[in-house]
Amino acid sequence: MRPIQLARTQLLNAIWAMHDIKGYLDDSDITQLATLFNTSAVEIEGVVSFYHFFHRQPSGKHTIYLNNSIVSELNGFEEVRLAFEKETGAALGKTDPSGMFGFYETSCIGLSDQEPAALVDFCPIIELTPQKVKTLVSKLKTGSTPLSISDEPRNNIRYTPGERTFILKEYTPGNALARLKDFEPLEVILKIKEAGLMGMGGAFFPTGIKWETCRKSVSNRKFVVCNADEGEPGTFKDRVLLNTMPGLVIEGMALGAYAVGASEGIIYLRAEYRWLKEKIEQTLEDFREKGWLGDHIPAKQPFSFDIRVQLGAGAYVCGEETALLNSLEGKRGEPRTRRYFPVERGYLGKPTLVNNVETFATAARILESGPAKMRELGTKDSPGTKLISISGDCAKPGIYEIEWGMRLGDLLALCEAKDPYYVQVSGPSGVAVSMKERNRRLCKEDLLCGGSFMVLDKTRDMLQILLNFSNFFKHESCGICTPCRAGNFILNRKLEKLQMGLGSLRDLVEIQDWGTTIKQNSRCGLGQLSPNSIVDAIHKFPEYFDQRVDKSGSRLNRGFDMAAAVREYEEAVKE
Amino acid sequence: MQNLITITIDGKEVQVEDGTLLINAIREAGVDVPSLCYYKHIDPPLGTCRVCTVEVNGRHQASCTTLARNGMNVVVHDDPSLHDTRKAMVEMLFAEGNHFCPACEKSGDCDLQGMGYQLGVNVSRFPHLFVDRIIDYNPKRVVIEHNRCIRCRRCVDEVLTTDGKRVFSFANRGNDTEVAIDYAQEATLTEEQAIHAMHICPTGAILVRGKSLARPFGDRKYDIGELANGETVPVVFPDVHALKNGEKKVIATVSLAGCFGCHMSMLDLDLGILDLVELVEFNKSPLTDIKEFTKKVDVGIIEGGCCNSENVEVLREFRKKCGILVAIGECAIWGGLPAMRNTVPLRECLEEAYLHSFTSEEGAGIIPSHEDIPKILDKVYACSEVVDIDFFIPGCPPSANHIWKVVKNLLFEQEYSVLFSEFKYD
Repeated sequence: MRPIQLARTQLLNAIWAMHDIKGYLDDSDITQLATLFNTSAVEIEGVVSFYHFFHRQPSGKHTIYLNNSIVSELNGFEEVRLAFEKETGAALGKTDPSGMFGFYETSCIGLSDQEPAALVDFCPIIELTPQKVKTLVSKLKTGSTPLSISDEPRNNIRYTPGERTFILKEYTPGNALARLKDFEPLEVILKIKEAGLMGMGGAFFPTGIKWETCRKSVSNRKFVVCNADEGEPGTFKDRVLLNTMPGLVIEGMALGAYAVGASEGIIYLRAEYRWLKEKIEQTLEDFREKGWLGDHIPAKQPFSFDIRVQLGAGAYVCGEETALLNSLEGKRGEPRTRRYFPVERGYLGKPTLVNNVETFATAARILESGPAKMRELGTKDSPGTKLISISGDCAKPGIYEIEWGMRLGDLLALCEAKDPYYVQVSGPSGVAVSMKERNRRLCKEDLLCGGSFMVLDKTRDMLQILLNFSNFFKHESCGICTPCRAGNFILNRKLEKLQMGLGSLRDLVEIQDWGTTIKQNSRCGLGQLSPNSIVDAIHKFPEYFDQRVDKSGSRLNRGFDMAAAVREYEEAVKE
Repeated sequence: MQNLITITIDGKEVQVEDGTLLINAIREAGVDVPSLCYYKHIDPPLGTCRVCTVEVNGRHQASCTTLARNGMNVVVHDDPSLHDTRKAMVEMLFAEGNHFCPACEKSGDCDLQGMGYQLGVNVSRFPHLFVDRIIDYNPKRVVIEHNRCIRCRRCVDEVLTTDGKRVFSFANRGNDTEVAIDYAQEATLTEEQAIHAMHICPTGAILVRGKSLARPFGDRKYDIGELANGETVPVVFPDVHALKNGEKKVIATVSLAGCFGCHMSMLDLDLGILDLVELVEFNKSPLTDIKEFTKKVDVGIIEGGCCNSENVEVLREFRKKCGILVAIGECAIWGGLPAMRNTVPLRECLEEAYLHSFTSEEGAGIIPSHEDIPKILDKVYACSEVVDIDFFIPGCPPSANHIWKVVKNLLFEQEYSVLFSEFKYD
């Protein structure tokens, strides 16, 4: 292992502190940071340029980030973009001439149930229309603060299964933590195992085994990290959990820490959720006051534990746990090679337990209600309930706590989906599902869902959707391994070709082949899952793709468009 | 040696020390596995290029980042699709960068190019992306040729200043990821350190001023040694049954946006060409000066890519008239040297050539255009982007022997093997 500089873990915070002053870093800031962290300037540049919320050019007195995810795109992104450009005078990706506004697009900001949405200086604004944009911008121009014009996003908890509600039932702070007085750490792990809890971030690794392995890793220092980098487009369940019951998540982290023998905790909060930071920190403070965090937390075994919040800076890949650890260490958020699991060597090389927000919340509920209660719910292989974030073409977008095992069709009926054609389950990395599959059940035995559930109706163009996903991966790949970096770029070009109507049957075969190559050989989950949506869609919607490709078998390549190829020349000689 | 464990490599059990990197375990067992980014003393290994991918217990894994564990079942060569996967990684790197081997200082010494030879890459299945990248002349000792960088990360981890600071770092993200250099730190490098940086770069992306052409062509890493001495390149045999037996076969050739170098190379068949005319008849070709097709043709040989509308028309006609089309040389295969303009907007190219260059006449204000002059395309297209191509012969120019062997195969279904010395991109 390379030597680790402890101070380096503060790099992201140091960059944020400087960045907040004027909205960007200039050359002297970079030099100053390099001196401060005793490193070369290029290394600081490397970190700064990795995260898309860090700017090296002025980004305006007010910085606006408009979400470009597919749900936003289908709900008026284009007209809202035009309205912002007109009202602020800033073209997308730039500032206006006076430097008052900077206007940028960004990947999903976790508000898919109230799109189009944007962040103004990281304060959320939702359900944007050109008229609303006009009003907001004029208020900003006359001196209103972004906070005062921002919206309070609704939680939109649409459905809980009555008596059988497990996660979103009424929360009494301290209930779960109180159980620590009765249990040894190993007993806590046993409860989690008995309940059959799986990682709710989307990987569904058995949580009990993870905790047990971390407990067994011998070290004088261990960490518990809560992955609140909910970046999969279309998911927003963690936002709602952190907004409604941050205490439950904190209790879950404390249980985890007690179980594995850790005394330091970190919540890695995505910058898109910066507006939740104060609330979380306030809750941490309340916990400390009550003695639920800090030294000597009441428990059967001596237990000390505290938590800090680390703000991310805009990078989807940091949801991958080893990328997240690199980011926590003040590095570029590139996933690590899989020689060791984080529970063996994680943050700063020490055993680290990384779990998702919902996993910790559910863990707390397990201790509170007992594993037997969870086993009564759901299916044999996936006990309990799951929070699903529904967005897209339905009357009731929002959060649904469903029991594992619910049929897809029933969930579509619950959210009042109008004439659904296509459901993207678990986000762009997930599974494209056609209505022939409406009897499939959401559970480990059949179809797992990490949280995102995007409903798309017959009026939507599938290629537009897939191209949006592809743009997302092209942009969000960390760039470190060949298949993900180059492969997603190449697939992106292919999809553009299809969308221009220049595709052939061979293109469809190549997309599937090349998609498989990317899936099999990428270094981390991002690359391994990135071609899923397109490969699935071609497989499941032949009637759609058949109409969009040339099937004549002509050996003249239809992809070559002579008229387009000579256009530039014709224009150049016209003058 | 302690803690020996047993792993299975292509069905054979071997014993290695516990905790050995799989790539080393495989090589120690005498099995060849290609790699690009792997560099023995960088720890942890980089794991960026994925060229050393093998199958471990049924799953693809980069062997350089995997530790050998007891009982592992490893497949390296037994499944031919793994060879194809590794080849795909190399092809992706070629398609992603702008690799003009014939114009590269590192040609012959380049690991990427050598890997292409070794794996038998004759064309990239992926379309070239032609992203505009810069050549950075700002550093004091080195030049950074971003067109050739494959982001292997060796320089980032390996090149440090005397006081331990990094000279290189990855910058940006996604398809914009690139290697950035710290000018201030670079200036402190000794010449020796700079030359080390050039040597560990697997391509010609890091060049030291005045030191980049130390060895002449012919004496370079992949010109000599085992590979060059008699070993053959894995050849994919074209599956051709379109030709009728019995009659004298007909060949046509053309040079599109090329330099006629490939045609010159064909003439290098020397006396062989006399044998050839006994066996085949040439139709439309610069060799016969027949301008128009007079009959159906069995094999069409294309040199050069498509840079103007006439190239496209001619190529389409070849496709219609010929049973089999063979693209020969770098230009026909993916654009080659003329494609250097693909990262520059056409208008800029035209203005530079006709209006602003030193040789343009005083007061010249016209970019030529006339109905008789072909129209220039927005970029140079590979032949396979315009029509289906059946077979590719790489090289600049391809060796006469390689061309001859392929033509023989096509006409008479003779199997053949290509020597490394005949298989060249430069």
